Amino acid sequence: MQPTKIKHNWWILRIGGFSYKIDKRVLPVLLALIVIGIVVLVTSVSYGEYDITPWQVLQTIFGLEENARFELVVWQFRLPRILVAFMIGAALSVSGTILQGITRNPLADPGILGVTSGASFAAVAAIVWYQIPTVYLPFVTFAGATIMAALIYLLAWKGGSSSIRLILVGIGLGAVTSAFTNLMIVFGDIRQVQQAYVWLAGSVYGRDWDHVRSIVPWLLVLLPMAILQARQLNTLNLGDDTSKGLGVNVELQRGILLLVSVALAAISVAVSGTVGFVGLVAPHITRRLVGPAHEGLIPAAALLGGVLVMFADLISRWVISPSELPVGIVTAMIGAPYFMYLLYLNRNK
Amino acid sequence: MPTILEAENLSLTYDNNTIIVHELDLKIQEGSITALVGPNGCGKSTLLRGLSRLLSPKTGNVCLEAQDIHRMNAKNLAQKLGILPQSPIAPEGLTVHELVAQGRYPHQSWFQQWSAEDEEIVQEALTITNLTMFADRPVDSLSGGQRQRAWIAMALAQQTQILLLDEPTTYLDLAYQLDVLDLLEELNEQGRTIVMVLHDLNQAARYADTMVALRGGQIVAQGEPAIVMTPYNLKQVFGLNASIIRDPLTNTPMCVPMSRRRIKRALEADLRITEKVS
Repeated sequence: MQPTKIKHNWWILRIGGFSYKIDKRVLPVLLALIVIGIVVLVTSVSYGEYDITPWQVLQTIFGLEENARFELVVWQFRLPRILVAFMIGAALSVSGTILQGITRNPLADPGILGVTSGASFAAVAAIVWYQIPTVYLPFVTFAGATIMAALIYLLAWKGGSSSIRLILVGIGLGAVTSAFTNLMIVFGDIRQVQQAYVWLAGSVYGRDWDHVRSIVPWLLVLLPMAILQARQLNTLNLGDDTSKGLGVNVELQRGILLLVSVALAAISVAVSGTVGFVGLVAPHITRRLVGPAHEGLIPAAALLGGVLVMFADLISRWVISPSELPVGIVTAMIGAPYFMYLLYLNRNK
Repeated sequence: MPTILEAENLSLTYDNNTIIVHELDLKIQEGSITALVGPNGCGKSTLLRGLSRLLSPKTGNVCLEAQDIHRMNAKNLAQKLGILPQSPIAPEGLTVHELVAQGRYPHQSWFQQWSAEDEEIVQEALTITNLTMFADRPVDSLSGGQRQRAWIAMALAQQTQILLLDEPTTYLDLAYQLDVLDLLEELNEQGRTIVMVLHDLNQAARYADTMVALRGGQIVAQGEPAIVMTPYNLKQVFGLNASIIRDPLTNTPMCVPMSRRRIKRALEADLRITEKVS
């Protein structure tokens, strides 16, 4: 029998010995997300107490409009916070994508796993006890999140790491750490506590170009690292035994990926506190759009997560304007029902 | 036939306290089908894990073509020895084609993710396992038998000389069980060495060239089915009273287990018949 040719769902690039494949659904989705992202970005910049039309926003961004007031509002007030919203969304989403891949659990997320609690604990300690300048917060939260991840990994270790133990230990440690964070807030100095509290709720209020500059280098290193590990992530997704059988050094790869994921969650906590559920919801929606192969899933999840938080930020400024909600509350309002929906879907598994 | 995979003085444990496999020696012949059989907890699955590097030995070693598998490069080993764990689960939404393509992992690198050769081999694996028409279907939407064939196809795409399978027929309906075993026999005829853990003794006797019977982490009997499947061995290994008859189709030994109450009833019935006749 002549083997029938299978039409597959990939676009394949082959140049000499080099070959690369990516799911056909990825490029249209990426393009659509870029377009939606630009629309949300421009709408978000134009929306506010001081009204600027989207057209004027574009003209100001591209330097065609010489209006000092527009420039101040667009460049100094609105654009940096919106970019921060986008970047933390991307970071959290990729962090969640990786965690869901290595734990093989669609409900894993840096928040649920306790990684962000570790980062928050470190940050609150730094704010309340040491009054550390915000520029250093990424390092502090990274340290907190890494120690937390190491603890989770260590306590879950039993001649190897299993995903279900990682999740259970993570939830437990996360609860303990949150309790300690609350304890610090209860006993801390009121002025610092105030600052810590707003920040804990997850806010991008008043974020400026310094914040943007403090996360861009991290993203430039971590996102390519995540994309380079996509193939290993695909095999880990088949289970430990199968991955080992395919020649993957499971513990090493999982360790590297866990570190990347932790770092991404940590930088988002550093600039904006706990913005919950993005790491859970965004990867899930993305997986529905582009399928489970991580080569395309990671970049698409980054864009979708970014757009999602940008959108949530717009909502948070609009709902009770002229006042505003912390963006973390809006993502929780979108994310929590989605989480319950996921639990409902998984009830029989 | 030359030995391809050899365990020497192999002891295996999960937690360093309870030794599951005790100082065991085993030689796997190239091009053969070997079935590991034994009661629950006898260490047959553990032995399979030890043979495949999923478990490090406590003592002794496992050699593939005279090379210690624990000193080999992981990808190198994965090009020669494939393993199919017991009832593996595919991530939601993964298509059959994508799953089978994963089998090419040890032959790829970041710069070479999908060569023309990869594509051909995956097509072939799908054709052999009769899954071409299901290529675009998610693995989780298939029946148990088709799903198992998809995983076997993945292992095939790995193009290894040796294939280790842990209970490839568990949870399958009888027709699918035979389907999978026939497929494995076909692969063996093409030159692959197959080692599998099997639950069903009669299937093992039908399909295996060599049966290895384990109890308490040690080999009690090994050799051709006709040598291993004896009432004495079955009593030793499984604590089972059984008669051995010839499989009417394949002429291989077939085990007919006896259960005490049934024997009694049968004897009583016999007695009644004899009484009537006399």
